[in-house]
Amino acid sequence: MNRMNWRFLAILALALALVAAACGGDDDETATTEASGGTETTAAASGGGDGETLKVAFVHVGPVADKGWSWAHDQGAEYLKANANVEVTTLESIPEGSDSQRVFEDLAADGNMLIFGTSFGYMEPMLAAAANYPDVAFMHATGFMSGENMGNYFGAAEEGRYLSGMASGAATETNLVGYVAAFPIPEVLRGINAFTLGVREVNPDAQVQVVWTSTWFDPPKEGTAAQSLLDAGADVIAMHQDSAAPGQTAEAAGAKWSGYNTDMTEFAPTAWLTAPIWDWGPFYLAQAEAVAAGTWAPTNYYGNMADGMVALAPFGESVSADTIALIEERQAQIIDGSFTVLPDPIVDQDGNERALGDIFIMDYFVEGVIGSPTG
Amino acid sequence: MNESTLILTLFAAIGLGTPLVFGTIGEIITERAGNLNLGVQGMMLVGAVAGFWATYNTESLLLGVIIAMIAGSLFSVIHAFASVTLRVSQIVSGLALTIFGTGLSSFLGEAGSEPLVGEPSKATFEPILEGGLADIPVIGPLIFGHDILVYISWLTVAAASFYLFRTRMGLSLRAVGEDPASAESAGVNVSRVRYIHIMIGGALSGIAGAYYSLALVPTWQNEPIGAAGWIAIALVILASWRPWRALFAAYLFGAAERVQFTLQTMGEPWSNVPSSLLAMLPFILAIIAMIVLTSGKRARFLGAPAALGLPYFREQR
Repeated sequence: MNRMNWRFLAILALALALVAAACGGDDDETATTEASGGTETTAAASGGGDGETLKVAFVHVGPVADKGWSWAHDQGAEYLKANANVEVTTLESIPEGSDSQRVFEDLAADGNMLIFGTSFGYMEPMLAAAANYPDVAFMHATGFMSGENMGNYFGAAEEGRYLSGMASGAATETNLVGYVAAFPIPEVLRGINAFTLGVREVNPDAQVQVVWTSTWFDPPKEGTAAQSLLDAGADVIAMHQDSAAPGQTAEAAGAKWSGYNTDMTEFAPTAWLTAPIWDWGPFYLAQAEAVAAGTWAPTNYYGNMADGMVALAPFGESVSADTIALIEERQAQIIDGSFTVLPDPIVDQDGNERALGDIFIMDYFVEGVIGSPTG
Repeated sequence: MNESTLILTLFAAIGLGTPLVFGTIGEIITERAGNLNLGVQGMMLVGAVAGFWATYNTESLLLGVIIAMIAGSLFSVIHAFASVTLRVSQIVSGLALTIFGTGLSSFLGEAGSEPLVGEPSKATFEPILEGGLADIPVIGPLIFGHDILVYISWLTVAAASFYLFRTRMGLSLRAVGEDPASAESAGVNVSRVRYIHIMIGGALSGIAGAYYSLALVPTWQNEPIGAAGWIAIALVILASWRPWRALFAAYLFGAAERVQFTLQTMGEPWSNVPSSLLAMLPFILAIIAMIVLTSGKRARFLGAPAALGLPYFREQR
């Protein structure tokens, strides 16, 4: 090969690699899994009960040891194993997208009668797989599509967001709370709006500055985003991301942090305030029992604090007793239904009153948020 | 952008640019010996997980950095053996190293009964000069406000520049990169020179990876370095194979990583720029820089080693 050819090839290869990197997390995840092949663990039943063992499968987009989103679902699977006669198969680091259909079909062919997919991007592949395996129950988290034998489930994280917003509003002294957010989609906008309303209930002068990272999981990028917010004057950081990097950045700067998904106190013990967290176990148990009893039907399940799917993580040391009392009072009202975190009508970013609308297609910010709701 | 925003942004750019400095200097040294190693991303990831593991078990940052260097260096031997001894295409071998290193680092992070993944680091790099000099306006934080690895990166740049252009070893190395046959007739062992400098490149990439897992984001998560390895390879061209230029090129890219968020906090009209567009900024910058610098007559003045990318066959002319 002559010199010009190799140089052209080298630049082409490099340009392609950079483009692939620029396209974001999905491609990175593809690369990882192709290289590592994913990991598979199968655990035998440990729960009681007679009769046939039900085979249940979980498919996660990240490693279950991530201490975040996938870890929370895996805790739910552990709960299921401990309380039912099931054999659980867990597939980790499975990329989203059309190839995941093959994964779901393999699991169905392998005798799993109940299959959970825990990431948004599995929605359409799962729908296609479900059509080919009509006797298997499919459940998809965070999506909106369903079919004859496929339902979906998610929870009102916004209820926990509101309460963590109260803790953040009480903590800020600069009256500026920074919010590191992944993508401008309804789920994230709901969380930001509920959080901001919580901040301003306890601190009407405070504002919430949002920056978008265009990634669910990229620790250096999330940390950089948090630092830019701190440098802009924020002294509390909140996040809708899957790594603990924003919290570690806040800890290093002596600021406070409201996390997400799980209790992440260990990453930033001084900065930690609280976080909306997930408890999927009872829901998974109910689904498995329904399948075992032959009564399962696809549902669009939206859990909340009342049924326990959404909860609030333990408070950090810096949260005062008064603030905790206030938050717990609100939490009790949310659970008994006497308080709604997203009111109707609602005041938008420009100060105009408007109808709340369908929160599942929410596309605006409320008053007190600085930033663009379109990214 | 007011003065303090500018200083804070420049400060952040130095921190974000530091792993790129190590990675780029390592790749410059490797390429100056006539070997193109596209495995930087893989070597960085292996260094990142090894350094994190060492610090996690010993709570020693020094050991973490040393183990990261050793791991990156040993890992690069795979590429050296394939491309120098077996004379496999350097491009293919380097890409294989990246794919392998990406998977290996994730695997090591999840291996064992107490996997590293999701664990915070037991120690992290922090600024070494709190107060005093660091309180001088403007230059105080920019020059004196960093952790020790930033200063080591500056020393590395100076040492690499001196080594390449002021020492006999550096002369041999550049001769091997320009014309290995002539170098060999002058008594230089081409294979040995390439092996050594691929391994030096691997060691510096290892530090770059450890800077992510021990300083920038002190925790272990899968692929915690973004696309730093690829950017470092692009920076070699942008720096035209010269260490001091690499320092500033790396900080330019550190700034690009940061500015996408700073703009979002600056209010109208800056915050109207779509964030997804800003997220592409470093990569667009890299592609434009490569196109501009490698096209037409400019390429001749770049200083790319003439034998870069070519396997060396001893008896072949």
